[in-house]
Amino acid sequence: MSYLRDTWYLLWRHIVTTVRIPVWLFVTIVQPIIWLTLYGQLFRRVVEIPGFEAGSYIQFLTPGVLIMSALFGAAWSGMGIIVDLNDGIMDRVLATPVRPSAIVTAAVLHAVLTGLVQAIIILLMSLVLGARVPGGIGGVLAILLMASLLAAGLAFISNGIALVTRREETLISVANFFGTPLLFLSTAFIAADLMPGWIRSIARFNPVNWAIDASRAAMEGGNWTIIVQNSVYLAGFVLLGGVLAMLAMRSYRRAV
Amino acid sequence: MTGAWRNEESMDAIITENLTKTYSNGVKALDGVSFAVRPGEIFGLLGPNGAGKSTTVRILATLTFADGGTARVAGHDVRTESEAVRRRIGYVSQASGVDKYQTGRENLTLQGHLVRVPGRELRSRVDELLAWVGLTEAADRTVKTYSGGMKRRLDLAMGLIHKPAVIFLDEPTTGLDPETRATLWQDLQRLRREQDLTVLLTTHYLEEADQLCDRLAIVDHGRVVVEGTPGALKSEIRGDAVTLEVDTETSLVATTLRPLAGVLDVIPNGRSVVARVAHGATAIPSLITALEQQGVGVQSVSLSRPSLDDVYLHHTGHRFSAAADSAATSAPVPETGRGRE
Repeated sequence: MSYLRDTWYLLWRHIVTTVRIPVWLFVTIVQPIIWLTLYGQLFRRVVEIPGFEAGSYIQFLTPGVLIMSALFGAAWSGMGIIVDLNDGIMDRVLATPVRPSAIVTAAVLHAVLTGLVQAIIILLMSLVLGARVPGGIGGVLAILLMASLLAAGLAFISNGIALVTRREETLISVANFFGTPLLFLSTAFIAADLMPGWIRSIARFNPVNWAIDASRAAMEGGNWTIIVQNSVYLAGFVLLGGVLAMLAMRSYRRAV
Repeated sequence: MTGAWRNEESMDAIITENLTKTYSNGVKALDGVSFAVRPGEIFGLLGPNGAGKSTTVRILATLTFADGGTARVAGHDVRTESEAVRRRIGYVSQASGVDKYQTGRENLTLQGHLVRVPGRELRSRVDELLAWVGLTEAADRTVKTYSGGMKRRLDLAMGLIHKPAVIFLDEPTTGLDPETRATLWQDLQRLRREQDLTVLLTTHYLEEADQLCDRLAIVDHGRVVVEGTPGALKSEIRGDAVTLEVDTETSLVATTLRPLAGVLDVIPNGRSVVARVAHGATAIPSLITALEQQGVGVQSVSLSRPSLDDVYLHHTGHRFSAAADSAATSAPVPETGRGRE
């Protein structure tokens, strides 16, 4: 009980803090819109390539951009912990009865919440740009679940790295090093049939790709097998990230 | 229940025995730290940067673990009963710990929730503390707009929100200008008078330890070299200190002065020599005469009653300011983020 209460109080602090930084708020809301319109325009004619089965590129792109913003939002999640470490906030909270894992959980939930807000904005924007969601409400909820699971897993890992390295520079390089390849080793921008075979093989083990494939299926409202199967994979990914983050928290408490 | 209470109260508020800690980068931070703090006193850990003060406080606040030794805070073992310890302590770190994007009131309220102050009491407790530290008017401004002193007073209030038995203040006045520092000293003295709690503070300011602490321990190279009240520590130092600045080798000066009548001790210290004498005013002429006979030119002479600096010199063999300087340049510091010892 107290664990949930503590997590909620800490999460509320993150929410209040972010809402008070106007630039952050602006970027969070406007960036996904820019991505969607920009990529949508740039790659508009990709659908004309033989073998690309989607009818409209916006329709195809929406799940990709949606998961991409969840990916990058969550990959940076650890920055908050580093700021808290430097400001002494981490130590102050660790000296209270709050369990250390609640600190990490609050940061992860904040990343999930941000990802959800961005996902909803992207879905609305895609409707404006001409995409349709045959999957209906169930499809939308499944898409939001995929975005949440991916954001949670990545945010756990990002916070874990932050706790171990305790340096902004390191987290930035690690997030950059892994973030972009994870995105391009997926069907975010291009259909699986058009990818080189070796990329397709790697994509099979890529959590970002699990989320995108399932979101696309949910949007079209067809293949529920892949949705269920990929959410199980993603749940495993969240669990793995959670364990790594808790180990990182333990090592932080030993190191300093 | 009352029996347990009494038991807890009669015990030392903090007791540490032989704490040791070596960081993973090989820096030996603590080399057997032992001291005891009685309930209701302001106890100071005095020492230069890198002496091990912050590490000691972090162990007592359950933020890190000692490699060896034991420590009890408010009747509970910091290692095996860390949860119970955390309910009874307030911890104010060197690096502040307030969220600058939140208001003073929001910071205090969040801290109150985290330390389990019941919701119905929290609002009045927050108002009470804001008034106590003089932040009522600034309470609803974000902390970004606060001055250094205001931020420090908010830190203090946050450490007190749950009426802890023990509060740890790690370098509470470092980085404050002298005026703000004096105000904070008054706050801390008021704290001891008006709130029923034990204060453990670390400082590298001699005059702060002297003025503020009921008792103190001098920490040097990870060890407590001496513990006592400032008055008792100073009175242990016999006689007055005569500091002579000379133009030659100080070892020659030491051998010249030591046999003289009334000279208790001579400690060379760089370009100057500290002679401890029974009666300073009468001894000075004979000291200077003796040196001049040896051809040593005396550039300046000063006489002082024993100070904490002399206590420090007596127990560690080096001047406090010299230790602070060399510690700053030579002691490697583990990578733990900004602003920590």
